[in-house]
Amino acid sequence: MKRKFERRVWSAALARARGAAVAAGASLAAASAWAVNDLPGGPAVRQLNLQPPATKLAADVQVLHEGLLVVCAVIFVLVFGTMFYSILKHRKSVGHKAANFHESVAVEIAWTVVPFIIVVLMGFAATKTVVAQKDTTNADLTIKATGYQWKWGYDYLKGEGEGIAFVSTLDTAHRVMSDSGKPPPTDNYLLKVDNPLVVPVDRKVRIITTANDVIHAWMVPAFGVKQDAIPGFVRDTWFRAEKTGDFYGQCTELCGKEHAFMPIHVKVLSQADYAAWVEGKKKEMAAKADDPTKEWKLDELMARGEKVYAANCAACHRADGKGAGPIKALDGSAVVLDADKSKQLAILLNGAGNGAMPAWKQLSATELAAVMTYTKNSWSNKTGALMQPSEVAAARK
Amino acid sequence: MSAVLDHHGGHAHGHDHGHDAHHPHGWRRWVFATNHKDIGTLYLLFSFTMFLVGGVLALGIRAELFQPGLQFVNPELFNQFTTMHGLIMVFGAIMPAYVGFANWMIPLQIGAADMAFARMNNLSFWLLIPAAIMIVAAFFMPGGAPAAGWTLYAPLTLQMGPSMDAAIFALHILGASSIMGSINIVVTILNMRAPGMTLMKMPLFAWTWLITAYLLIAVIPVLAGAITMTLTDRHFGTSFFNPAGGGDPVMYQHIFWFFGHPEVYILILPAFGIVSSIIPAFARKKLFGYTSMVYATASIAILSFIVWAHHMYTTGMPVTGQLFFMYATMLIAVPTGVKVFNWIATMWRGSMTFETPMLWAVGFIFVFTMGGFTGLILSMAPVDQQLHDTYYVVAHFHYTMVAGSLFGLFAGFYYWGPKWTGVMYNETRGKIHFWLSLIFFNVAFFPQHFLGLAGMPRRYADYPMQFADFNALSSIGAFGFGLMQVYFFFLVVLPMMRGQGEPAPQKPWEGAEGLEWEVPSPAPWHTFETPPKLDATATKVIG
Repeated sequence: MKRKFERRVWSAALARARGAAVAAGASLAAASAWAVNDLPGGPAVRQLNLQPPATKLAADVQVLHEGLLVVCAVIFVLVFGTMFYSILKHRKSVGHKAANFHESVAVEIAWTVVPFIIVVLMGFAATKTVVAQKDTTNADLTIKATGYQWKWGYDYLKGEGEGIAFVSTLDTAHRVMSDSGKPPPTDNYLLKVDNPLVVPVDRKVRIITTANDVIHAWMVPAFGVKQDAIPGFVRDTWFRAEKTGDFYGQCTELCGKEHAFMPIHVKVLSQADYAAWVEGKKKEMAAKADDPTKEWKLDELMARGEKVYAANCAACHRADGKGAGPIKALDGSAVVLDADKSKQLAILLNGAGNGAMPAWKQLSATELAAVMTYTKNSWSNKTGALMQPSEVAAARK
Repeated sequence: MSAVLDHHGGHAHGHDHGHDAHHPHGWRRWVFATNHKDIGTLYLLFSFTMFLVGGVLALGIRAELFQPGLQFVNPELFNQFTTMHGLIMVFGAIMPAYVGFANWMIPLQIGAADMAFARMNNLSFWLLIPAAIMIVAAFFMPGGAPAAGWTLYAPLTLQMGPSMDAAIFALHILGASSIMGSINIVVTILNMRAPGMTLMKMPLFAWTWLITAYLLIAVIPVLAGAITMTLTDRHFGTSFFNPAGGGDPVMYQHIFWFFGHPEVYILILPAFGIVSSIIPAFARKKLFGYTSMVYATASIAILSFIVWAHHMYTTGMPVTGQLFFMYATMLIAVPTGVKVFNWIATMWRGSMTFETPMLWAVGFIFVFTMGGFTGLILSMAPVDQQLHDTYYVVAHFHYTMVAGSLFGLFAGFYYWGPKWTGVMYNETRGKIHFWLSLIFFNVAFFPQHFLGLAGMPRRYADYPMQFADFNALSSIGAFGFGLMQVYFFFLVVLPMMRGQGEPAPQKPWEGAEGLEWEVPSPAPWHTFETPPKLDATATKVIG
């Protein structure tokens, strides 16, 4: 109860401080060229504090942070109040003569022991939360989040929705807006994904993180969650969302050039909505499951390939296939035009340039075949060559 | 370029004449330099050059972040900028600047004729040049400069182009230079003090450098190990950090931060020493607790070895690991607090004046302490979980490294510059430099705390639009700050180097104490060739 009360006091104080700051910066605010609104579950415009918590852990962290801030502020005022008093009064220009005291064991012991006690108490205050953050046992739902350059893959491993798997990528329109240099005002700029992670409210969700290429980090500030996703290793974290809605985060470990363009969007649904979503998603997956032995026609592969290309390749190679800087052009590329399809397939499966071109073996045989066919028959590339999923499947073995 | 560059002019002492015959002239004086003052000057000029290079990269970053959207650089070049800005500022600007101060001041402060190993001193400076060329040339290599962040985390480093190897080689050379410089400083301090200059009478700048030098000798080889393993992972098929071969990327972080955390104290301890010299001089009062300052510096250095994993709270350490590193990190606040309290107790009931060095020193205490507080907040593992790798961290370490290390260096420059050049700086210009730098610094970095709290990750070339206003403000501050440093060079440093300005008296500061004020200004090319006889406090020459 007491904690709740303290929280309210701090929040109120902060709200006042924020009001003052906003008023002070009114001219800046009025002149703001960015007519954007606060994003619920994401950042607010000119936000001054941590994002509003949506889990108990995030709320605890906020209490710790604000408490610590108050302690620091009090010490700051005491220490620098003393200093500025001294600066004003003990100056030569006002005729102050220097005293001649120095060394005092008692004073020195006091200002060593008192801070020591303060920091140990701060440590005690945080210990419980450290332990709670690490307790990933008894999860209702376990989801694996895999970091790829530059997208997130989600696999529902255990619990309601088991078996669901999809990839979550930044909306390509946002990437294009970014490149344009003048993105129009957008509330969820760089935070919009094609497939958000969907979880139920009031359930303990354990997120297992790993990565395919380099280290990424999975963060959702409103949940108080940030966990590195490390290739070759698994780590875990957890959250229990207390309200439904959309929550946003971004990759927080430098992972290469598109680091800023692999957001995280978590959609928290009520139990009933979540059950409906699971059912719908399973049907959709069953319908979409590709038969790897099916013989595809050119236009079918081209249509599918365009989507795969936009979601996976366009970030670097560009929608026009021209590449940029060190990124190789596909338009007119010898490897793409080569009649020997195995060369291009080898690069797709294994990567090239020491990982500058990542390996794409996580794509299905159908997706790889479609995107290869697409690159061989787009822009100025007119090979007419067709790649069948069965050929990819054969090469994989 | 008279004063700094031409010491054997009008100020030559009687005993200097014998050396003039061997005194090299022209380029030989610099290329074959063995004089600690010449080498100090070289170090300082080098570090300021690198500071400008790193600064230009920083402004490239801030220009791109002025507005949402990519206007000037593509994300790849942006990552190269952030990486090289960090590497150049840490290894090219701040560390050599401190060594420059050490070269100039330590022999003068302890009454030694020169550094212990004069020729090694020459080598340790000239090694910097090829390293700097290689680092800057990285931008022109295929694939551009390294873009894996200054921390060079694996396995992202395995994806970098050939410039990564150049950077590794350059870091090796810089490391070799640092180790040589450190050995030189340790040997000079331990063996070449004038009779009567006991360790506990030594100026604090020499003390903090002695401890810093030990830190460098201890941790530079650790960095060398980490980057060598990166190199063999890249080219010789090893898998120390490459998960594809069973390596552990987190191991890289442990090794790197075992170097990296002591490194950040290497970047601040000599500034503590500079400020500890300046505050008593301008308060006209003895440093409150000399002994406890020495012990506090040593405690910070020792603690710095057991806190490295607080950079890694989000890697998924076990709970006991989190707790250990959290408590250990918080403890650092204790000796750091002792230092701040000591400075303020020294000012208390003094008779203070506020010439430019004192302004920078007080500015240092005020703004650096803010960085200390955010450090305390970040030390708390659950809070760090929210703030790790966000702009809050960027704000924190710029408060300690710009408002800390750089302000300390500026304080030292204004304090000792008259001794080096023989002319006083222009007081009005010094004050303009201080006040506008202080204001622009805070405009640039204070809003970044809010960005971090709101969740903006660092090393981002583009960001959600809610972050736009604070980023614009931060960029404005950064450009103002950059401009002030150009002002500093052209209107403060250059005139002093050219000897324009009031001639500096031997001791320009009424309350200053120490042997450096016992020699004329500018300090003659050779000083203390025979060990001076010191008074009981070891601050005055009595014969």
